[in-house]
Amino acid sequence: MAAVVFFACAAAVLIGALGVITGRNPVHSALFLLVTLVSIAVLYLQQHAQLVAAIQIVVYASAIVVLFLFVITLLGVDKHEAPDDAHPLQRVAAITLGVLLFTGIVVLVHGNDWVTGAPSTRGALGVPATGNVETLAKSLFTSFVWAFEMTAVLLVIAVVGSVVLARRSGHRPEVPEDDTAAAGVPESEGAAP
Amino acid sequence: MSALAYPDRITATYYLILAAGLFTIGAVGLLIRKNTLVMFMCIELMLNAANLTFVSYASALNDISGQVIVFFTLVVAAAEVAVGLAIIIAIFRRRQSVNADDVDLLKG
Repeated sequence: MAAVVFFACAAAVLIGALGVITGRNPVHSALFLLVTLVSIAVLYLQQHAQLVAAIQIVVYASAIVVLFLFVITLLGVDKHEAPDDAHPLQRVAAITLGVLLFTGIVVLVHGNDWVTGAPSTRGALGVPATGNVETLAKSLFTSFVWAFEMTAVLLVIAVVGSVVLARRSGHRPEVPEDDTAAAGVPESEGAAP
Repeated sequence: MSALAYPDRITATYYLILAAGLFTIGAVGLLIRKNTLVMFMCIELMLNAANLTFVSYASALNDISGQVIVFFTLVVAAAEVAVGLAIIIAIFRRRQSVNADDVDLLKG
């Protein structure tokens, strides 16, 4: 049963990933990304990572994909996308590098027993049947509490930064295409109108 | 059905190979696509491959810290998407394009 679930989800993950990189329309790419993310959440559940699976659904599959779709429709790039075919040589080189990367990792995984080292150095996963929310929270708020506080700082910086970046600069009408004159000016004028 | 085609138990190696495949697809997509939004999605694919590796090791070693690190990776990914999409919007406002080739101001 576990093998059936794994292979079904693995196929969905890979099909979704291939759909992301081959889709002509960015909206299709975002929807294929959703397939991949939900399948990965199922794989997390298979490995007794219930909280991580829930966060994957809530944060990745909901918030991030919706943000992508929102930006795609806001910019209207789904209508007039130019055929962004890469140079043929570049495509061949990229796929060759990809095959090399994949075979390298697979040879390493098969050649060595990678899963070595001391188990449970930071505490065990907990009882699989009841879920591991309590165990994860205990570890998060004791061993990793400093990193947890830092994520709060990071999120505040990201929110402020994205607001500053995406804000319409200044109160005057937009200057269409004048890089040399407008570079750097709108920020300072927007701060002191 | 032979044991090779239908294993009794899914070991960590299966998950690691799947994560390697996912990472490879993301890296190749990042190299061959020029739409910055799709390039961003490829970065998400690679982050997810790393997360899957962390969870697989957490499960194989019965260690909770792998899952805690996935939590932090998710926070960083969310922050990265927010800032990155804001940058894409700022570029689009000036260039009317999301093509990576159009952003060539530093090209000599």
